[in-house]
Amino acid sequence: MLLNNYQSEDFFDEMFMDDGRTVRPHYQRVADRFQLLDTAEHRRKQTAVDLAFMRSGVTFTVYNDDQGTERIFPFDLVPRVIPDTEWQRIEKGLIQRITALNLFLHDIYHDQKILKDRVIPPHYILGAKHFRREFMGFNVPKDIYVHICGTDLIRDRQGNYLVLEDNLRCPSGASYMLENRAALKRAFPDLYRSARVQPVDNYSAELRKVLQYVSTPSLGGAQPNVVLMTPGVFNSAYFEHAFLARQMGIPIVEGRDLVVRDARVYMRTTSGLVPVDVIYRRIDDDFLDPTVFRSDSLLGVPGLVHAYRSGNVSLANSIGTGVADDKVVYYFVPKIIKYYLGEDPILPNVDTYLASEPEDRVFILDNLEKLVVKSANEAGGYGMLMGPWASKEEIESFREQVRANPRNFIAQHPISLSRHPTWCNSDLGGGFEGRHVDLRPYILYGEKITVTPGGLTRVALRKGSLVVNSSQGGGSKDTWVLHGDS
Amino acid sequence: MSEPLIPTAQKPISNRRNSLVMLSRVANSLYWMSRYIERSENVARLLDVNLQLMLDFADFNDEQLKEHWLPILRSAGDEETFFKLYEKADSESVTEFLTFSEENPNSIISCLFSARENARQVRDQISLEMFETLNECYLFLKSSNAREVWQTGAHEFYQQIKKYSHLFQGLTGSTFTRNEGYEFINLGKFLERADKTTRILDLKYHILLPSVADVGGAVDAAQWQAILRSASALEAYRRFHVEDILPKKVAEFLIFSTTFPRSIRACMQHLDQDLHRLSGNERREYKSPEERAFGKLLSDMNFMTIEEILNNGLHQFLQLVQTTLDRLDDHIYQEYMYHPPVDTQAEILLHQQQMQQQQ
Repeated sequence: MLLNNYQSEDFFDEMFMDDGRTVRPHYQRVADRFQLLDTAEHRRKQTAVDLAFMRSGVTFTVYNDDQGTERIFPFDLVPRVIPDTEWQRIEKGLIQRITALNLFLHDIYHDQKILKDRVIPPHYILGAKHFRREFMGFNVPKDIYVHICGTDLIRDRQGNYLVLEDNLRCPSGASYMLENRAALKRAFPDLYRSARVQPVDNYSAELRKVLQYVSTPSLGGAQPNVVLMTPGVFNSAYFEHAFLARQMGIPIVEGRDLVVRDARVYMRTTSGLVPVDVIYRRIDDDFLDPTVFRSDSLLGVPGLVHAYRSGNVSLANSIGTGVADDKVVYYFVPKIIKYYLGEDPILPNVDTYLASEPEDRVFILDNLEKLVVKSANEAGGYGMLMGPWASKEEIESFREQVRANPRNFIAQHPISLSRHPTWCNSDLGGGFEGRHVDLRPYILYGEKITVTPGGLTRVALRKGSLVVNSSQGGGSKDTWVLHGDS
Repeated sequence: MSEPLIPTAQKPISNRRNSLVMLSRVANSLYWMSRYIERSENVARLLDVNLQLMLDFADFNDEQLKEHWLPILRSAGDEETFFKLYEKADSESVTEFLTFSEENPNSIISCLFSARENARQVRDQISLEMFETLNECYLFLKSSNAREVWQTGAHEFYQQIKKYSHLFQGLTGSTFTRNEGYEFINLGKFLERADKTTRILDLKYHILLPSVADVGGAVDAAQWQAILRSASALEAYRRFHVEDILPKKVAEFLIFSTTFPRSIRACMQHLDQDLHRLSGNERREYKSPEERAFGKLLSDMNFMTIEEILNNGLHQFLQLVQTTLDRLDDHIYQEYMYHPPVDTQAEILLHQQQMQQQQ
C-alpha cells in the first residue's frame, strides 16, 4: 500500500511511467514486493540492515568531530533497476569513452597530435592543473593509464543517460556497491532470486586480475607482489581500502610501510624488506612522493616516482590521469572520441559552456542565476554554484571568481536528474517519496575492459536536492541490472 | 661540510612472495590487539571477583578497604594517575577507574578501544567475525547503555566484557588463518596472560613470606579463593587438589601447572612454541639474549619446587618472570616490528641527486 500515494511529479521517474501510475515493466517485481510492505516491516528491515553495516564497520569517518564519529552511509532499501538492453548500451558507451580517454592520455604524454591538429587548444592541456609535464615521453606499463574508472551518469527529463563526470584518479565507492548488494540479498532474498539480477561479486577478482596484468615484465613468471596503498586509517574511505584489500587478498600498506632502495620499492615486513611490484594507490599524485611532488607529504614514499620511472613498479591508476577528468577537458570528450575512434559518443555529455571562451563567458556571466557553475578540479560537490537555488551573495562571489580565473570554470544548464521512490521518514512514520539519483558504474581496464553490471546509485536524500555526495546528505541504493528486460 | 649522504641502514632484503609476508606494522597491531583484549578480560575478572568478595566484608572500614584495593590498583593500573583523579581508594573509585576511566590506559574501556583501533588498522588481515565482535564491543561501550548495565549490575557488565574476549579468542581459533599473524596474536595473548597471572598471585605474596607462613584466617581463605577465581582457576584447582585451599598449593598451581592454561608455566610453554615457529629455529635454539633468558627461566621451572620459590621469596620470583617477559616483549618488537626510521630530508636529497640525468 505504501506506493499508492506516491507522486512522480514533473520528473523522469525510474519506477513509474509519465502517467505516474503505470509501473515500468522492469520494476514490476520490485513494485509488487514493496506494495506488500507495511511501515513496521519496513522499519524492521531497515534497522536490521543499518545495524549490520554499523556492526561490520561499513562506515565513513565524519571530519571536524573530535569524537571521531563513524557513520554509516545511509542505505535505501528500494533497489534501482536497469533492464538488460538499456545496460548494454551504457556498457558500450562507457567502454568507448574509457578507450578514447586512454588513447588521449597516451597522446598528450607523447606526440600531442590532438593538440597539433587543433582539436583542443593546447593551452587547455598544457596549463591544466593535473597535467604532469615530467611524464612526457614516459611509457606506462601496457600503455594503460586508467585502470579503474568510476563515471558518473545522470538521466535527463526524457530519461536519456548523460555523462556528468569522469573520475579517472582514485574513484571510490566500489565497496559500497558490493556491500549494498550483500545487504539487499539478506533483506529481500525471495525478491532478489525471482528478479534474476546480474551479479557484481566479480569486481574484486577482476580488479586483482587488472593489477596483476599491469605488473612490470621482469618477474620471470613469478606472481607479482601487489599491494593497496592507503593514506591511513583516518581517511574517510579507509573502510573501502581495507575491504578491497581483503577481498583481493593483498596487503594494505601506508607510505611508512614502504621504502625505496636502488629504484626498487620494498615493504617493511617481519622478515625484512620484501619487493613490491604493483601498487593500487588510493593517494593523489601530489602526495605519492615528497621528492617529486609535494615535499611536505608524509603520506608518500621518497623515491617512489624514481622507481616508477625506472620501470620497477607499476601504479594504478598511472600518474597524470587527472588531466583527463579536468572539467574543461570534459567539454572536449565528445571530440576526443571522434578524433581517436572516428565514432559519435554513445553516451553524450551534458551541454557545457567554457568560461575561458569569450562568447561562452559572456553567456555565463549574463545567466549565472540559471546555470550550474563548477570549478574545473574540485570533487565531492564542492566549488560549485547552483544558480537557481543560490543566494545573491553566492552568485556575485562566483561572478568575481569566474572573471578572475575563467580557465577554472565551466557552466551547465541544471539537469533535473531522474527521481526514484525512496523511503523518507516523517512524523507520521514515513513513506515513499521521489528523490533524485545518479549512477556510478565501475570500469576496469586490464587485458580487456570490463564494466561491472550495475554500480553505485547515489540518492540525494534531502527533498528537492540534486547533490548526491555522501559528504552532503547523500545516500545510496543497490543497483540491479536484470538478465532480461523485465 | 655537510654530513655524507648515506640512507638509513635498513633490514636485509628477503625474496619472500606476497602471500607469505607480514608487514611489521601489521604484526605490531595484531600483537597489541590481542594483548589488549586479554588484558581487558583479566581486569574484568579481577574486579568482578573482588566486588563479590567485598559483599562478604561489608563491615570493612576505610583503612581496610584501602588495604584491599590498593594492591589491585597497583597490579592493574597506575596508582599515580588514580590519586590525581580520586581521593580515596574504595570499591567504587577503584572499579570506576579500572573500568571506565579513559585517562587510565589500562582501564577496560581504554584496552578495548585500543584493541579495536588496532583491529581497524589491520582490518584486511583479520576475519570479519573477529572484527565484528570487537566492533560490537566498542559500540556497546560507546553507548550510554554500558554504564547503565554496570550501575544496575556490575556482575552482568563484567560477564559481558569477558564474553567478548572469549568470543574473540574463540573466533580467532576458528576463523583466523594459521600464518605468521597467528603467532603474533598468540604471543600477545600468552605474554599478557602470564604477566597477569604473576600480578594476581603477587596480590597476596606477603601472606606467603616464610616468617608468616602459618598465618591465616577466614579472611585469608576467602581471599585465596578469590585469587583462584581471578585467574579462572578455582574449579581447576579443586579438581587437582581435593583438599582445602592452601596458599602454598595455590601458588604452586598457578605457577607450575602444565595442564591449566592460565598458569605461568603453561603460558610460557605456549610462548616458547610460538617463538620457535616464528624464528624457524630448532626447539632448543634461541635467537637472542632475551629469548635465551626466557628459555632458561622456563627450563629452570622444570626443576624448581614451590618451597624453593617461597624460601627465596615469591615476590622476587614473580618479579623475575615479569622482567623476563618484558625483555621478551622488547625483543619481539626489535626483531619483527621495528624498522629504522627513514630520515625524510636525507631521502629526498638522495633521490633527487639520483634522479638528475647526466649527459
